[in-house]
Amino acid sequence: MRSDRFKKNASDALADPQLQEALEGVRHNFVGARARAAENLSSFEDLRDNARDIKDHVLDHLDLYLEHFEKKVTAQGGHVHWAATAADARQAVLDICRKHDAKTATKGKSMISEEIELNDFLEENGIEPIETDLGEYIIQLREEAPSHIIAPAVHISMEQVREDFRKHHSHLPEDRPMSDPRSLLLEARGILRDKFLSADIGITGANFLVAETGTSVIVTNEGNGDLTQTLPRVHVVLASIEKIVPNLEDMSQILRVLARSATGQEMSVYTTLSSGPRRQDDLDGPEEYHVILLDNGRSSMLGTEFQEMLRCIRCGACMNHCPVYHAVGGHAYGWVYPGPMGSVLTPSLTGIEHSSDLPNASTFCGRCEQVCPVRIPLPKLLRHWREKEFEKHLSPSSHRYNLRLWAFLAKRPRLYRLATSIARSGMRLMSFGSGHIKFLPLAGAWIKHREMPVPESGGFFAQYARRGLGS
Amino acid sequence: MSASDEILSKIRNAVTKGDNSQNRTRIVQERIANHPAGIRPYGHSDRTEIRKLFVEKAEAAAASVAICDSGDVERQVLEFLRQHNLPTALRMGDDPRLAEYGIGKNRLLETATGVSEGADEVTLSHAFSGAAETGTLALVSGKDNPTTLNFLGQNHIVILKEEDLLLHQEDIWNKLRDVYGEGKMPRTFNYITGPSRSADIQQTLILGAHGPLRLHIIIVKG
Repeated sequence: MRSDRFKKNASDALADPQLQEALEGVRHNFVGARARAAENLSSFEDLRDNARDIKDHVLDHLDLYLEHFEKKVTAQGGHVHWAATAADARQAVLDICRKHDAKTATKGKSMISEEIELNDFLEENGIEPIETDLGEYIIQLREEAPSHIIAPAVHISMEQVREDFRKHHSHLPEDRPMSDPRSLLLEARGILRDKFLSADIGITGANFLVAETGTSVIVTNEGNGDLTQTLPRVHVVLASIEKIVPNLEDMSQILRVLARSATGQEMSVYTTLSSGPRRQDDLDGPEEYHVILLDNGRSSMLGTEFQEMLRCIRCGACMNHCPVYHAVGGHAYGWVYPGPMGSVLTPSLTGIEHSSDLPNASTFCGRCEQVCPVRIPLPKLLRHWREKEFEKHLSPSSHRYNLRLWAFLAKRPRLYRLATSIARSGMRLMSFGSGHIKFLPLAGAWIKHREMPVPESGGFFAQYARRGLGS
Repeated sequence: MSASDEILSKIRNAVTKGDNSQNRTRIVQERIANHPAGIRPYGHSDRTEIRKLFVEKAEAAAASVAICDSGDVERQVLEFLRQHNLPTALRMGDDPRLAEYGIGKNRLLETATGVSEGADEVTLSHAFSGAAETGTLALVSGKDNPTTLNFLGQNHIVILKEEDLLLHQEDIWNKLRDVYGEGKMPRTFNYITGPSRSADIQQTLILGAHGPLRLHIIIVKG
């Protein structure tokens, strides 16, 4: 967790040419793809309203839907484990692994697994976790965290992947083809195919939990999540409590906005519904099925001004459209959830004390709210965090001092007008007649990359008075 | 207090807002039992139009599609294998509908049954249904069509009866309820839209990630 070092992380990111090139791709690819998908479905905006309403309804009845879900899972032979904290969830996974004497666990992409830092914990306990999503596999080899919630290795170049594969797949011939993304993908496919077939436990996340049928659902493009949950003896689902939907129809409403918002696909390649362990007639599928329901701070968001954040379906559209994410990438945010959704969620789950820069990592341009499929008012929520940050005295003293000074003046109109007219005259003097200011005391960092335009002579009040409108 | 009691009571304290619990329970039970449909984006009603939409969407998702009569299914399978220079051998489930089409009967095709162990070049499944809105196949697990066949073959051929093809996901949910019962599901239900893919290396989209490299759909008319 390095969310308290956002400014330093951001400066480093801006100075990294390879990262900047990768981010150019994010700007380019995701934005256009989502726009086309939204335009091609006339009911898209209405579906967004429905998705929002379904999520709100679920949050207002979350306790009852969770109870129904548990009942259904248990009735079809599955097991539900409740985890109040990250540590509880890790322990629940470990207990299942121990019971089956597991040595290896394949993993589908799961942000919850990142949130609870499951991989390190499994390794410490002698179980080898194997990430199978191609992007997750690459960052696992590099011992890095994901930099995007649906494209975890988006910050890494093909050359870096090639280097990593040379280092880690050293048993393969030196002169094998590695010149393009396809050959690298096929190499990873071959390596991971063996891991899929020999794993003891398969761990996946969940995009949805369906209360009606006691079903967990994953949405993927690679098929790795399916091999992860179909081949081993035991399937463990890691899901946070807000993933629940009432019934299959409600899920379909949200599916129609999920892929379109994420990658611009009308539907992801694989949407897989799993209900309990294999049945009597089944020839394949896991013999045991476990769902771990993680709270980890979410229930504390209910009933607060941050409840709306729990509508999030993790599509990544907010970061794909965020000028701050475009500039600094995901790692600068310091924890598993980057971009606007991360700037709201990270303080909620880990405390604003450890992430007080994040609510300020926004220009409030509002694009995130414009594209959010469940219409989360992200700028408003970020503003709430800024207010809390101020109340808790977490903002820097110079920031607080200046705000106080401004408040003092703003409450005294005569003094305010006098002060602004002095400042205006001063700024006009400092432009030396050029119309632009290149030097400004106390604003060195700001002026370093910009020029300040000179204010008009006479502000609003002066003009108001001049036109004879004032008293 | 158990972990579930702890979490549930925290949620209850935060969300009940004085609403009496009987009322909340009734709302939830009705929503689960009645599963009201929301927006269904398309208005197609004609069978041919629905099929056209399915083919258009499936091809846009990089699947290939053939349409034939029930007597011609095996020939279509062979045609696909020939086109991609694949061996005339495949693995399939025990689905009686596949036997009806006579696949493997004439020894033009070498067929094996049962689960895939990961080395099959070609696998063959019969779909439960399809959703034309996105060109999506729906497959269900069971001895007739083991789920591993959907993911472990390099090339996956799926047979879909035109009469099983529906317009929206909601239509498929109702078909599922008719077959399995209200609130019941097969162990695994797969929506499949095109062959597997990844854009995780340098944001370059490549078909064929961990699942099949090709997806071929044969729609059987009649």
